[in-house]
Amino acid sequence: MASKQPENSLLGPEADSQRTLYPNVTGTSVVALKYKDGILMAADMGGSYGSTLRYKNVERMKAIGKHSLLGASGEISDFQEILRYLDDLILYDNMWDDGNSLGPKEVHNYLTRLMYNRRNKFNPLWNSLVLGGIKNGEKYLGTVSMIGVNFEDDHVATGFGNHLARPILRQEWHENLSFEDGVRLLEKCMRVLLYRDRSAINKLQIAKITEEGMTISQPYSLKTYWEFSAFENPTQGAVGSW
Amino acid sequence: MSSIGTGYDLSVTTFSPDGRVFQIEYAAKAVDNSGTVIGIKCKDGIVMGVEKLIASKMMLPGSNRRIHSVHRHSGMAVAGLAADGRQIVARAKSEATNYQSVYGEPIPVKELAERVASYVHLCTLYWWLRPFGCGIILGGYDRDGPQLYMVEPSGISYRYFGAAIGKGKQAAKTEIEKLNLSEMTCREGVIEVAKIIYKIHDEAKDKAFELEMSWACDESKQQHQKVPDDLLEEAKAAARTALEEMDAD
Repeated sequence: MASKQPENSLLGPEADSQRTLYPNVTGTSVVALKYKDGILMAADMGGSYGSTLRYKNVERMKAIGKHSLLGASGEISDFQEILRYLDDLILYDNMWDDGNSLGPKEVHNYLTRLMYNRRNKFNPLWNSLVLGGIKNGEKYLGTVSMIGVNFEDDHVATGFGNHLARPILRQEWHENLSFEDGVRLLEKCMRVLLYRDRSAINKLQIAKITEEGMTISQPYSLKTYWEFSAFENPTQGAVGSW
Repeated sequence: MSSIGTGYDLSVTTFSPDGRVFQIEYAAKAVDNSGTVIGIKCKDGIVMGVEKLIASKMMLPGSNRRIHSVHRHSGMAVAGLAADGRQIVARAKSEATNYQSVYGEPIPVKELAERVASYVHLCTLYWWLRPFGCGIILGGYDRDGPQLYMVEPSGISYRYFGAAIGKGKQAAKTEIEKLNLSEMTCREGVIEVAKIIYKIHDEAKDKAFELEMSWACDESKQQHQKVPDDLLEEAKAAARTALEEMDAD
């Protein structure tokens, strides 16, 4: 029974194996903010396999070229593919050897085109990306979602971070944060996410990018407190619970 | 060495009775007419230099690059027809990124040289293609250390310590043979290459030239890049002084 569809059509049963239908190994929120010397970004090191916290050493933030830092949540394999595309992009840029290099704004635009065009083919890269960097003194922080929604702001987050971290940042972020204040603010956001996001793990990294380059911290854990009196004896008074 | 190949030189798919393919030899003549290109392999890397003959005073210095990076760790300097060279560089870049994509590591310089040579050779096999009118000096730094290859229009490629193509190649080869390359660092090599190019430049026949140099050495973190401006200026100054000392004799 010959199929009437042309070979490379995205409709029809043969094409389904080519399209992303759902993510498999996912990373959770990324939170980032602009500070005095550049951008600070935080992400935990978890890769969830559905509801199982399967991989606990996944680096979800990578440096891109000399001036940018990319953090991703969502499908980890798609993030690795994006890194491959960006590697080619940066390589070609380097080969000009003309003293110029791609800045964060350019990389963000490239990513937007990439994500949007995949979305139009109904085969998205299942990621929410955060792209931050600084070039010639100008700080830049932007985000792109898997459907190609992109914007830039002084602080951005993906996934649950939008609901839990952004409100904190709206209240407490201000221009020219010092490095210590920025880290403290990010840790505050990450702690809330750790308490409330079930796919968060207590092993995070904070990356910073300045004119000098990118540095990423060693993985560490946040201190948590579970002795709040309101949560003692949670089932007291609950009928049918134990 | 020039002989008339009447009748046997019309196509690259024709051998002459004495076993030569004249079209390839004529292609090599195009290389011999261009500005000299030199490459040397030093202790800690490779250095390449090009004598860029300036066709017009209106040209911006720094334009018309003759040395191109092919990947992070390797580059090629082209002598002969510039447009043909551009095609070869594009192909080499494509081979390098393809290798990286399939095997996950930067293409070994030997492999790259083989692929470029095959490609150049390819264009000597069909009557509807003409041979490339350019010679290539390919230098790179991989895990076997720094390496230098030269590819001729016939598709032959050999590995060298020092190589030269173009107008002044004979004089350049003589000068290179005088150098003690195994003891030289790339910093010193840059100065020596500049001196050689200035020395073999024929003031009478060709007026102005621009010196373009690149290296891939431990100092550049095994990446292929233009020689830094300050070192380039230092090299040019040393070369000019050496020339004046020679003229003073």
